[in-house]
Amino acid sequence: MDESDVGPAPEAVASRAKDRSPWNWLLFVPIVVPLLTPLFNRETPRLFGFPAFYWLQFAFILLGVGTTTLVYQMTKKRG
Amino acid sequence: MWRDHLTEIIIFTALFLFVSAMGFVAARWRAPKDMAHLDEWGLGGRNFGGWITWFLLGGDLYTAYTFVAVPALLFGAGAAGFFAVPYTVIIYPMVFLVLVRLWSVSHRHGFVTPADFVRHRFGSPTLALVIAITGIVATMPYIALQLVGIEAVLKTMGLTGEGALARHLPIIVAFAILAAYTYQSGLRAPALIAFVKDTLIYIVILAAVIYIPYKLGGWGAIFDAADAKFSASPAPNDGVLLNQNNQLQYITLALGSALALFLYPHSLTSVLASKNRDVIKRNMSALPAYSFLLGLIALLGFMAIAAGVTPLPGAKPGTVDNNTVVPLLFDQQFPGWFTGIAFAAIGIGALVPAAIMSIAAANLFTRNIYKEYLRRDATPAQEANVSKITSLLVKVGAVACIVFLDPQFSIDLQLIGGVIILQTLPAVALGLYTRWFHRGALIAGWAAGMGLGMWMLYQIPNPAAKRAHFGGSAFPLEKFGFDTPRTVYVGLVAVLVNLLVAAVLTLALRAAKVPEGVDGTTPADYFADETDPRVGAEPREQSGAAVQPAPQV
Repeated sequence: MDESDVGPAPEAVASRAKDRSPWNWLLFVPIVVPLLTPLFNRETPRLFGFPAFYWLQFAFILLGVGTTTLVYQMTKKRG
Repeated sequence: MWRDHLTEIIIFTALFLFVSAMGFVAARWRAPKDMAHLDEWGLGGRNFGGWITWFLLGGDLYTAYTFVAVPALLFGAGAAGFFAVPYTVIIYPMVFLVLVRLWSVSHRHGFVTPADFVRHRFGSPTLALVIAITGIVATMPYIALQLVGIEAVLKTMGLTGEGALARHLPIIVAFAILAAYTYQSGLRAPALIAFVKDTLIYIVILAAVIYIPYKLGGWGAIFDAADAKFSASPAPNDGVLLNQNNQLQYITLALGSALALFLYPHSLTSVLASKNRDVIKRNMSALPAYSFLLGLIALLGFMAIAAGVTPLPGAKPGTVDNNTVVPLLFDQQFPGWFTGIAFAAIGIGALVPAAIMSIAAANLFTRNIYKEYLRRDATPAQEANVSKITSLLVKVGAVACIVFLDPQFSIDLQLIGGVIILQTLPAVALGLYTRWFHRGALIAGWAAGMGLGMWMLYQIPNPAAKRAHFGGSAFPLEKFGFDTPRTVYVGLVAVLVNLLVAAVLTLALRAAKVPEGVDGTTPADYFADETDPRVGAEPREQSGAAVQPAPQV
C-alpha cells in the first residue's frame, strides 16, 4: 500500500477494456419498454383473469431479468 | 379490541423477540478481528457475498412502507399505483453498470458514503457536505415511515390505545430494541434479520395470492370488483387502466423514482457492503424476484376492494387510513395464527430498512460532517463510535417525528425526500462517469433543483384530504401555462433543471477560470475489483496535500 499504487494498475486497465461491450446496449430494452404505456395500457387480452395492463408488466420483469442475465454472462471476465 | 386478536399478538411478539435475539447475536456472525472500525460496524466488513447481498438489498429497498402503501395506492386510485412495478423493473438495467463503478472506486479509496466519493472526485468538501445533508434529510422521514408500517399492523391488532403515549408505546418499545441491537451489531444485524424477514414475506405473499383469490372467486372477479368501484367513484383519474391524463405522470414517476432509489444512502450502504463487482452484477439479475413479489403485493389493494374492506379511521376525524387495508384484509381472510405471521412479516420488514437507513445516515454524519469539520484526525475506532451514537440519535428523531407530529407529515416529507435525493444525481451518478461538471456549478444546480422542486410540491393541492399544499407529487402542467390537464412527476422536472443550470454554469465558471479542484481518482479506479489493492489505508490523509492548495468552493 505505498504511494506508487496511485497510478493505474496494469490489471485494472486490462479489466477496463473488458468492461466495455456492445452487449451493454441491450440494457436499454428493459429500460425503455416498461415506460411505453400506450403499448400495454389495455384491458384485453386477459390472462388468468389479469387485464393485459397487469400481466404484461409482470412479463416485463422477466424481460429485465433475461436481459441483465444475458449481458452479465456475455461480458463476464473469463478465466 | 386486542383480546380478539390474541393469537395474532402472541405469534407477532414471539417472532419479534426471535429476530431481536438474532440482532444481538449478529455481532458475532462472520466476526471481525476488530469491530471498532467503520468498515466493520457500518459496512459489515465489506465482505458480503451474493446471497447475503440479495437478502440485504431486497430487505433494504422493498420496505414495510412499500408493502403497506403501494396496495393502499391501488386501493385508492387503481392503475396509477402500479407504477411501482415498472419502477422496480427499469432500475436494475439502469444501475447495472453504474453501481459497479461506484463499488470499485469506493473499494479502492475506502469510501463509506456517496459524499466521500463526491469530495474526492470534485475536491470539494462543501459539495460533499451538501450531498451528505441532502442524504440525511431524505433518509430521516423514510425511517419514520417504517414506523407508520408497523403502526398500521399494531392498530389492526388493537394494540394502540387512545392518548399520545398509549398510542405510541408499542412502537417506542420496538424501536428501542432495534436501536440497541443496531448499536451493538451494526450492519450485520439487518443482514442477518433480512433472511427471516424475506422468508416470512415470501411465504405470506405466496399464500395470500393463492388463497385469497380462491376465496374471492378468482382474479377475474377481483379486477371486475375494482373496475366497478372506480367506475362508480367521481374521482377523474382512478380506474383499473390509466387514462389520457395520468400516463405521463406514470412514466415520469416510474423513471424519477428509479433514478432516485440508488441515490439514497441506505441503498449504497448495502451495495458497498458486497465483496466484489460480480456480486453486484449478479444481484441486478436476481433482485427483480422482489419486484414480482411487489407486483403481487400491490394487487392486494384490489383484493381488499373485492373483499369489501373498509379502512380504519385516520388520525384526524373524518379521514380514513388507507394504509390499514392490507392488515385488515389479512385479518379478515386468514386464520389468526397465519395473520400473526403476516403481521410479523410486515413488522420485521420495517426493522431491516430502518436499521440500514439509520446506519447510512450515521455514516454520512461521521464521515462528511464529524470527520470533515469537527475532528479531522479521528481514528477508525472513533469514527465507528461516533457512528454508533449517531445511529441512536437518528432513531430517537424518527420516533419523535411519529409521536409528536401528524404521521401525514412524515408521508409528505418522504415525498419531498424522493425529490431532494434526486438532486444529488449530477454529482453522484454522473460524477461516476464524467468530471466535466464544475464543482461550483453542481452546487448551484442542486440549489436550483431543490428550489424548483419545493415550489412545485408546495403548489400541489390534494382535494381529497382538503389540503392546499404538498398534496402529492403529480404537478399539473397547466400551472406552467400549458393548456392540458396532464400531470408530471416533480422530481424529474427538478432534476432536469438542476442539470441545465449545472451545465450552463460549468461553461461560465470554466470561462471565468474559477479553480476546479483536484480529482483524487484515476480512470482505472472505476474498474478495480476485489483483488486490487486499496490506495493507502487512509486515502484522505494521503491526498490531503494535493487537495489543500486549491481554493475550496
